[in-house]
Amino acid sequence: MSTMLTIKDLRAYYGQVQALHGLEFSLNEGSVTTLLGANGAGKTTTLRAICNMIRSTGNIEFEGKPLTGMSTENVVRLGIAHVPQGRGTFTNMTVEENLQLGAISRKDVKNIPDDIERMYAHFPVLKQRHTQQAGTLSGGEQQMLAVARALMLRPRLMLLDEPSFGLAPLIVRDLFGILAKINREDRVTILVVEQNAQLALELAETAYVIETGRIVMSGTAKEIADNEDIRKSYLGY
Amino acid sequence: MELFTNQVLAGIATGAIYACMALAVVMIYQAIDHLNFAQGEMAMFSTFIAWQLMQWGLGFWPAFLLTLAISFAGGIIIERALFKPLTNAPVLVHVAGFIALFAILNSVAGLTWDFTIKQFPSPFGSSGFLGSQLISTHQAGMIGVVLVLLLLLFAFFRFTRVGLAMRAAASLPESARLVGINTSWMIALGWGMASAIGAIGGMLIAPVVFLEPNMMGGVLLYGFAAAVLGGLTSPFGAVVGGFLVGVFENLVGTYIPGVGNELKLPIALALIIVVLVIKPSGLFGRKIVQRV
Ligand SMILES: Nc1ncnc2c1ncn2[C@@H]1O[C@H](COP(=O)(O)OP(=O)(O)OP(=O)(O)O)[C@@H](O)[C@H]1O
Ligand SMILES: [Mg+2]
Repeated sequence: MSTMLTIKDLRAYYGQVQALHGLEFSLNEGSVTTLLGANGAGKTTTLRAICNMIRSTGNIEFEGKPLTGMSTENVVRLGIAHVPQGRGTFTNMTVEENLQLGAISRKDVKNIPDDIERMYAHFPVLKQRHTQQAGTLSGGEQQMLAVARALMLRPRLMLLDEPSFGLAPLIVRDLFGILAKINREDRVTILVVEQNAQLALELAETAYVIETGRIVMSGTAKEIADNEDIRKSYLGY
Repeated sequence: MELFTNQVLAGIATGAIYACMALAVVMIYQAIDHLNFAQGEMAMFSTFIAWQLMQWGLGFWPAFLLTLAISFAGGIIIERALFKPLTNAPVLVHVAGFIALFAILNSVAGLTWDFTIKQFPSPFGSSGFLGSQLISTHQAGMIGVVLVLLLLLFAFFRFTRVGLAMRAAASLPESARLVGINTSWMIALGWGMASAIGAIGGMLIAPVVFLEPNMMGGVLLYGFAAAVLGGLTSPFGAVVGGFLVGVFENLVGTYIPGVGNELKLPIALALIIVVLVIKPSGLFGRKIVQRV
């Protein structure tokens, strides 16, 4: 298995405040990896740094290409889809326009309608609401729309920031089921940030635990889930 | 009754020009959250370019189309050279930038073409429209051109990918970048389109007010009024605002004794303040339905 994303000595700053202190980790192609940690640990910041949405130093390589100095939109155009915390929904546009926007940087325009239909197959509720203003969807529906929008890029790598946030347990199950399927069938590599550690560890093969801007633990998802000390001190379950 | 109909129709005709200017202003406001005080001077400059092209022997419509292309490119160049470097600058710096642009365009136009007024031809003539006394062919033409422009803009924003990307970049720049949109170029594109739209307004109003470097001053004020009235975030509102301001201005000037030409503008502006006190987001300002 080849490495898709390598991160070395990543430091990120909000103004004068340093939020990441030399983070290191890597993702294998085709894998699902989860980044766990408490509030304020730096999970969101890590994802933002990968897309160059925040001032950072260090080395990030995607499929051998350094991302340093690249604009956010060019990082995305390499095939990195980011579902941000808060979902980033275009609330004043329709559901279908949101999906169109997900594919806006693609050159293969003629395949887009088929992909929209595939999203409707994954998320039937979006089809029912395709002409509705996205801002009027429920929180769960908006989360599905955000995932579907990201998939419309036909990404090689998908970054998900707390996809379970605010969703009912049953819906979270559904959503994670779909993510597993997407990973399996479309070979999309996934990096998922979660507060819901238990669930994330079921989906992922590899896990990293982050605390105040540093990786403090890593291993297979099974090792992390089976280690009671880690669970108690970092994951809170 | 005939006087009334006449004034309403004439108001709609000048309102079409206000609508153009308001549209141009809203276009840039949506992209960068600032009011372009130099929009009128840009339109004036474009109109001089059209005039110059016709002096060189081009017919009206070829000159019109070529002017649109030049204005579009000019708008993009102005954004790239002057305003892109100011992206994160405070409001006052932007204001200074707009005033500088205003002064530069005004004096360059004055130096190049001098300050004497010039005739600008109308492609529609000035006889009665369909033989009636209510409205001239030029006024009918102004309304027609603006309506066509609106339809084209509507189709552009609704049905093209670039239009969709521009809307996305204007409403949520960060999310737009996360789907791969180059928001910086979308802003430049907005400037280009605003510049071209303003040029249409200038070329249509020039046969009425005559061509000279200060011809757009009053027109832009009404355009601002229209844009604010319509709620600065809505192109549709800007257009409706333009027509409303045009009609209101004419009716006030005709029917309220003592108003005449001098007081029309202050009264129109007073109306806008009243509207904004009652409805701060303007008549069509966007209310975003949002659930978190
Ligand atoms: N816009 C900001 N300005 C200043 N500091 C910030 C900003 N955003 C985050 N931080 C700080 O950076 C650190 C990491 O924040 P980050 O959002 O990455 O945490 P997180 O792990 O995603 O937390 P959560 O689970 O609550 O989303 C925190 O200490 C936070 O206070
Ligand atoms: Mg976070």
